[in-house]
Amino acid sequence: MTHRCPLHCVYCSNPLELTKRENELPTDAWARVLREAAAMGVLQVDFTGGEPLARPDLTELIRAARDAGLYASLITSGLPLDEKRLDELVTAGLDHFQLSFQGADEESASQFSGTRTHAQKLCVARWVKQRRIALTLNFVIHSGNLHELEDMVRLAEDLGAGRVEFAHVQYYGWAFQNRSKLLPSRAQLDRSLEMIKNAEERLRGRMRVEYVVPDYYAKYPKACMGGWGRKVLLVKPDGDVLPCHAANILPGVTFENVLRKSLREIWERSDAFQKYRGEDWMPELCRNCDRRALDFGGCRCQAFLLAGNAAATDPVCSKSSERPLVDSILAEANRAGIPTAAAPAAIPPSHLHQSGVWLYRSNPR
Amino acid sequence: MTMPDMESRPRLAPGCRLNEKSQPQRVLLMPERALRLHGPSLEIVERCDGTRTVREIISDLQKTYSKAQPEKVASDILEYLGRLRDQRALDFE
Repeated sequence: MTHRCPLHCVYCSNPLELTKRENELPTDAWARVLREAAAMGVLQVDFTGGEPLARPDLTELIRAARDAGLYASLITSGLPLDEKRLDELVTAGLDHFQLSFQGADEESASQFSGTRTHAQKLCVARWVKQRRIALTLNFVIHSGNLHELEDMVRLAEDLGAGRVEFAHVQYYGWAFQNRSKLLPSRAQLDRSLEMIKNAEERLRGRMRVEYVVPDYYAKYPKACMGGWGRKVLLVKPDGDVLPCHAANILPGVTFENVLRKSLREIWERSDAFQKYRGEDWMPELCRNCDRRALDFGGCRCQAFLLAGNAAATDPVCSKSSERPLVDSILAEANRAGIPTAAAPAAIPPSHLHQSGVWLYRSNPR
Repeated sequence: MTMPDMESRPRLAPGCRLNEKSQPQRVLLMPERALRLHGPSLEIVERCDGTRTVREIISDLQKTYSKAQPEKVASDILEYLGRLRDQRALDFE
């Protein structure tokens, strides 16, 4: 909906280049996009950002989503919100409220979000629990807060969430810039996965416990977005349609805009969406690999970020000739007690906000 | 997996619902997940409205699927209800 956000999370996966407010789509354009999405068979819409609550027309657009026949989720920091506005969202037909947490307490959360918003989020969670909609708590986890994992699980239980997601940071956008301070050691990662799996088993039937791993540590890459242009599309605040939130970094790819073409036309026929569909684009390694229908060669944006080539096998893949690059990044993260410098910014934006240690996510001008 | 209580009344959990009847496929929608329903799975979910007990749902569907072994119908339904509970799609009241 927007790239405006009250938080400044150091692990934000939004692009470094944030959409200006004046370029955001107006209400009627969003409503049309929602109708087009439903008409082409989309089942669910996630209202996200930045912070979707920053849009005054959010209630109206949730109503539009439901009227079109879509399941409506809100992916949010929970700010700005009061009970009156929450009731309006629920009356408009909101199905699911996914609330982010930046830590298990205010001190931890403030370090990574650059704000003191934890207490307010606890209020929001309680308000949501009193209404009959789904509540998910989303904890983004990394080397700086993994020691709090048990407290996070307890918090999810205390707040009575139906679902909790532990999302290891994915290295795109602002997270990529701060990677050296976020990437956990192997020991931290293994401990976290054991804890999460124990919680999953213990809470089965009471809470859905889900998690995302940092795939640098995997043997094979993730099936990013379920494959390029297979399951998901993202409409950016300015109406450009992308296969994921990071694809704007890919050179030589032009994204179509909903103000000029229908969503169906963009999804089915645009150059950008066709570019990495199927197997014809795959390098020989992937084309001959029996995992190609499982992970689709991994993530195009990651291949570009790490190896400079969006059409290459994702370097995370142990079969990739570029895997040593990933291994050297992991070696850095596993060198005990040696602080590492921040990863250099690829294209430093003019509105960087650095505090000497972290690159905090700024706001669009 | 613990089997659901026969006297409990299953009901779709908050934020879990069927899609519109007018859409081409019947789907059970929940956070970040969608389950295609047809035949028996649809018959079961449609009866999870918080008014019928597990026992009543089984008895009802044993009549509908009269050609199948009643014990098999019962165990299939119980297993399916348990799986939906684990996915947090159903509460048992």
